[in-house]
Amino acid sequence: MYAFEYQRPASVKDAVALVGDETVFLAGGQTLIPTLKQRLRQASAVIDLGAIPELRGISATADAVTIGAMTRHAEVAASPDVHAAIPGLARLAGQIGDLQVRNSGTLGGSIANNDPAADYPAGLVALNAVVHTNTRTLPSEEFFTGMFETALAPGELVVKVVFPKPKRSAFAKFRNPASRYAIAGVFIADTADGMRVAVIGAGPGVFRVPAMEAALAKDFSARVLAGITIAADGLNEDMHATAAYRAHLVGVMAAKAVASLT
Amino acid sequence: MTKVSITVNGQAQTADLDPRTLLVEFLREHLRLTGTHVGCDTSQCGACTVHLDGRAVKACTLLAAQADGKSVTTIEGLARGDVLHPMQAAFREHHGLQCGFCTPGMVMTAVALVNGHEGPLSEHDIREGLDGNLCRCTGYQNIVRAIAAGAVGMKA
Ligand SMILES: Cc1cc2nc3c(=O)[nH]c(=O)nc-3n(C[C@H](O)[C@H](O)[C@H](O)COP(=O)(O)OP(=O)(O)OC[C@H]3O[C@@H](n4cnc5c(N)ncnc54)[C@H](O)[C@@H]3O)c2cc1C
Ligand code: FES
Ligand code: FES
Repeated sequence: MYAFEYQRPASVKDAVALVGDETVFLAGGQTLIPTLKQRLRQASAVIDLGAIPELRGISATADAVTIGAMTRHAEVAASPDVHAAIPGLARLAGQIGDLQVRNSGTLGGSIANNDPAADYPAGLVALNAVVHTNTRTLPSEEFFTGMFETALAPGELVVKVVFPKPKRSAFAKFRNPASRYAIAGVFIADTADGMRVAVIGAGPGVFRVPAMEAALAKDFSARVLAGITIAADGLNEDMHATAAYRAHLVGVMAAKAVASLT
Repeated sequence: MTKVSITVNGQAQTADLDPRTLLVEFLREHLRLTGTHVGCDTSQCGACTVHLDGRAVKACTLLAAQADGKSVTTIEGLARGDVLHPMQAAFREHHGLQCGFCTPGMVMTAVALVNGHEGPLSEHDIREGLDGNLCRCTGYQNIVRAIAAGAVGMKA
């Protein structure tokens, strides 16, 4: 690691006040610390968000669940509120990485990083969640802008995410057996804004599948997905899977998610 | 430099550290608690697993400064004097190790898994729970058996 200063502010206001040209926020560290260790990243100061109570916790109302940016994956997976209102999201969080990663990694860190294989972006986009930062609110589809890219301005802090409660939701992913990251994952949500299907792992960033949404809106069954093919153009291709295989897996995972609800 | 105060295996430890110091470096190099191992630099092997306020975490992927004010348990903190922790005893009894490199991390993950689980652990639960711990020797069979027995021992 290159040298850096360490700061641990106690409020969002103090955290934002510490932001400078080369500072970086530290959440669960599950992505940031390995990149600092490998000297892929350099920072003048690391601003640890771990002591800011207002960034942590889960609360529920009749129509939404709000999750603080510093809430760990394990806490979301175990939350009775999330289980009751959005079981698909609890399931998603409970399948991220491994036990130790879920005990450290956070919602805010995951979405700010926007790894193409990260799971949360599918949940946010399918559920039409709203990201609250220290300066504004953004619908998820505007938040995720590309591979490892988001709409966050330098020094902008994710504070919380508000997930509207869907009628039903499910998530299914096919994991690389070694890294355990998704090769393709599909989140399906039957929401107040209609049927929404969001895919991670397969493309450079999270994307929706309008053809599946239209078919499921008419008939919510795995059967109707059989005739829908996903174009392999532009999907990820690497040593783990070809683009064509990923395209095929999107259909299989979508059917699996629907089948778990019917 | 950053001042840290961490309770390690029940004892208060304070130090003035370079902020870059990882928790695993603090444990191994400053406190000479070398039971916590480092097996990779990609946060995947779990040999460095310790408990931070009771939660299993990878000590190679955490700054010592992040543990300030918190409580850490390492493999050295499990036994009571000469009496092994039930999970350690089960690893010995069921031959849950060969070279032993992965073992401290396996045992720490196993203890956290049992503590965080209501009711009996199935073989599937154990295998899923070991997702973040790699072993290059055993093929896992005896590790899984040891953990099932250790879980019973812990509840006894
Ligand atoms: C072995 C392993 C397996 C994994 N498997 C999976 C997997 O299967 N699925 C998956 O989705 N993820 C996986 N992950 C990633 C994990 O989910 C991390 O939690 C996530 O990448 C980053 O979250 P973090 O809290 O650790 O953030 P950090 O690593 O601390 O930060 C990541 C980035 O986000 C920025 N950031 C953090 N919080 C905020 C905030 N509130 N506002 C603005 N910016 C912020 C940081 O500055 C940094 O640039 C895995 C990680 C490991 C090590
Ligand atoms: S040393 Fe490999 S995960 Fe920590
Ligand atoms: S016993 Fe050798 S790595 Fe597990």
